[in-house]
Amino acid sequence: MTPMVRKKSSRKTKAPKSRKAVKKARPARKAQRKISRKVKSAGKAKRKTIKKIMLKPTALKKAKKPSRKIKAEARKPTVIRKISFPERFISEKAVSGVVKRFEVRYLQVLDKDGRCDEKLMPRVSSQDIKSFFELMLTSRVFDDKALALQRQGRIGTYASIRGQEASQIGSAFAMQDQDWMFPSFREAGAYITRKTPMHLVLQYWSGDERGGIMPKGINNFTPSIPVGTHALHAVGFAWGARLRKDRIVCVAYIGDGATSEGDTLEAMNFAGVFRVPVVFLLQNNQWAISVPRAKQTAAETLAQKAIAFGFEGIQVDGNDVFAVYRAAREAMDKARAGGGPTLIECVTYRMGDHTTADDAKRYRDARELEYWVQRDPIDRLRKYMQKKGLWSQEYENKVAEEAGRKVEEAVKTMESQPPPNIEDFFKYTYAEMNQNLKDQLAELMEALKEQQERKE
Amino acid sequence: MPNLTIVQAVNYALMQEMARDANVIVLGEDVARNGGVFRATEGLWEKFGDGRVIDTPLAESGIVGVSIGLAAYGFRPVAEIQFDGFTYPAFDQLISHATRIRTRSRGRFSCPLVVRAPYGGGIHAPEHHSEAPEAFYTHMPGVKVVIPSTPYDTKGLLVSAIRDPDPVIFFEPKKIYRAFKQEVPEEDYAIPLGKASVAREGVDVSIFTWGSMVRTCLEAAEKIKDRVSVEVVDMRTLSPLDTDAINASVKKTGRVVIVHEAPKSSGVGAEIAALIDRKDLLYLEAPVVRVTGFDTVFPLAKLEKYYMPDASRITKGIEKVMDF
Repeated sequence: MTPMVRKKSSRKTKAPKSRKAVKKARPARKAQRKISRKVKSAGKAKRKTIKKIMLKPTALKKAKKPSRKIKAEARKPTVIRKISFPERFISEKAVSGVVKRFEVRYLQVLDKDGRCDEKLMPRVSSQDIKSFFELMLTSRVFDDKALALQRQGRIGTYASIRGQEASQIGSAFAMQDQDWMFPSFREAGAYITRKTPMHLVLQYWSGDERGGIMPKGINNFTPSIPVGTHALHAVGFAWGARLRKDRIVCVAYIGDGATSEGDTLEAMNFAGVFRVPVVFLLQNNQWAISVPRAKQTAAETLAQKAIAFGFEGIQVDGNDVFAVYRAAREAMDKARAGGGPTLIECVTYRMGDHTTADDAKRYRDARELEYWVQRDPIDRLRKYMQKKGLWSQEYENKVAEEAGRKVEEAVKTMESQPPPNIEDFFKYTYAEMNQNLKDQLAELMEALKEQQERKE
Repeated sequence: MPNLTIVQAVNYALMQEMARDANVIVLGEDVARNGGVFRATEGLWEKFGDGRVIDTPLAESGIVGVSIGLAAYGFRPVAEIQFDGFTYPAFDQLISHATRIRTRSRGRFSCPLVVRAPYGGGIHAPEHHSEAPEAFYTHMPGVKVVIPSTPYDTKGLLVSAIRDPDPVIFFEPKKIYRAFKQEVPEEDYAIPLGKASVAREGVDVSIFTWGSMVRTCLEAAEKIKDRVSVEVVDMRTLSPLDTDAINASVKKTGRVVIVHEAPKSSGVGAEIAALIDRKDLLYLEAPVVRVTGFDTVFPLAKLEKYYMPDASRITKGIEKVMDF
C-alpha cells in the first residue's frame, strides 16, 4: 500500500492489522506524533507565518458567485466527504468542492537583529552555539581563501558559499557520523562541518579527483556537478539502507535551480512512494547563475514541491542557523524513525558570483546584495551570542586566527601533494583495465616517452 | 536440462542469481506483480517478495538513478527498462554518473548495476519500441554492452553481467525472445563478457553480427552454402569488443561482412571495420562490407521489413565481397 492510500482510506476500508504489524508501526507513529506536537506548539509562535495553498477544482474558480454551500465547503479544513472503496476513484454524483488543503510551515528562530524566539529554540548547548559560530566563521575564512587561490591560479574554478553558511552548517551539524551527505558543488561549509580534511576540498577544485576520496568514516558521497541529478543517488542509497534496516539518513544538498530538473522531482517521487529516509536540503540562494528564483517556478514556495509527492516540505530562514538546525534535526529524527522524507527549503542568498568564472554584476542589482548583507548569517549569530554573553572580540579574533591557521595548513597540504599518476584516468574506468584501454594507455606513454627523448 | 526460450532464460538467470545472492534486486516498471511486459520477471515477486522485486514509478531516469545509489550501498540492482527506446530518459544518469562513479571516487565507490532492456525491431511494435541504440552505449566509457542471441548464452551472459563489478547494459533481442528453444543447464555457469562465439564455421567470408541478426545471418549462410562457406561470428559483447575473435576469423577468411540492424553511420560496425583496418589490413582480400539498418528513423510495422537487414540483403553483401 502506498502511503497516500493509507492516509486517504477511511476506517471502514482498512484491513485489520496483525498484532505484529501494529507493534512494528508503533515507533514510527510515535515519532510522527512527537513531531506533529512540536509543529503544533511552533504554530502558536508570533513570528511564524503560514502560507496556505488551496487546490480548488476549476469549476470553483470559474463560477462568478459561488453558492453558499460551496463557500462553506471550501472553508472546511480537510477532506469534505469520507470516501469509501468504490468511490475512492470517482464520485457517484455530481459534486464540487475542496478535496484537500495543504499548508507550508515557515520557521525562523533568530531574526536579522539576533533576537531569538526562545520558544522555538532547538535544544542546543552553549558549546553547540559556539560550534555553530566557529564552523561558520571557519567556512567563511576557507571560502575567502579559496577565491584568492583561484585568482592566483593555484586552484581552478570554485563555487563560493558566502551567505549560505547557516544553511550548510546548521544542516550538516544535525547529521550523525553514520549519515551520508550527497553534495552538489557548492558545499564547502557542509564538508567542513562533517570534519572533512579541508585540503581535500581544495584538492578537488584544483582539478584532482583524489580530492573526492574521503577518509574512512567521513560519509560524503562524491560531488555531483550536473544540477539536480544526484538526489536520485541519495534516495537509492537511503533506500538501500532501509532495505537492510540500517538506521542511517541521507541528505541530498540541492538548490533552487535543481527543482526545475526532472531528476530531482523523480527523486522526490521515489522517496515519497518508498518512504525513504532521506532529507532534501534545498538551499534556495535565489539565483541559478543569472536566472532568478522567480523564473524557476511559478510556485510560491519551493518547499511546497514536496506536497505533490506526499511528504512534508518546510520553509526556513536559511540564514538562521537555529532554524535550519531545528528543521534538519526534526526531519532526520523523523526519517530515522521510519517517517520518510522531508524537503527543507532554506531561504538564503548567494552573496558571491555563481563561480569564479561568473560576474554577478552583469545581472544583479547591488541593492539586492545590500539587503542580504543586512541578513548575514554570521552577523546575526554574533549579535545573539553577544546578548547571551557567549561572544567577545578576543574570542572571535582567536577563532578567526585558528581558522586562518587551519586553512593555511590545508593549502600547504594540498600543494604538497605529488601529481596524480597519468594511468589513474585509465585505471578506474572499469574494475579491471581491458585490453583496449591497456593499448591506449601504452600508446600515450609511448608518445610521452618520445616527447621526453626529443627534449633531451 | 530445461528447454527454454531467450526470455525464459532471462527469467531463469534472474531466479538463480537472486537465490544465490541476497544483494541482487530487480526493479522497474511492471516487473513485480505483472512479471514484466514480456514476462521476463514472472514469478520473481512471488518468490522473493516486495523488498527484492520492486514495481517503481514510471520514470526511467529515476529507476537508473536510484539503482546507482542502491549499487553504491552494496546492492546488485537489475533495472528493467521496458523498451530500448525508453532507455533514453536514463541516458544522463548512465553517462553522467553510473559510468563515472568509480573513476570520480578513484575506486571507493562502484556501480555494479545491470540495465536490462528488450532490444531491436521486427515485432510490428509502435514507435520507440524497435530501436537498436547499442552504439550510444558502446561510445560511453565505463559501461559494458551485451547482446545475447541464444537462450544458453542469455543465461550465462546475464549471470556474468549481474556479477560484474561495473555497469552493464544488457540488450535482449525481442524479435527472437520466443523464436526457438534451447537446452539451458540448471547448474551455475557464466559466460565471460567480452568474448564472441562462432555461430557457424566457414572459410570464405566472416560475418560479424549480434542480436537477432545472428539468426538472419545463419539463414543467409545456409542459403548460399553451395557457393560460399560463411563463418558467422556472434559478437555477444559489444563493449569491450572481442578483438582476438575478429582477428582470428579475418585471418582465416580474408573477407568481411558486418551485419547490424542499427543505423549504419557511426554504428558498431564502423568500429569493427576500423579494428580490422588497423590489425588485419594485409589479410584482407576485399574491402569490408556493411549490411545494416538505414540512417533513418525506424519505420512503423508496414515498412519495417524494408529497414531490417534480411537474408537476401545479407547474401548480396556476401556476394559483393566474394566478387571483388
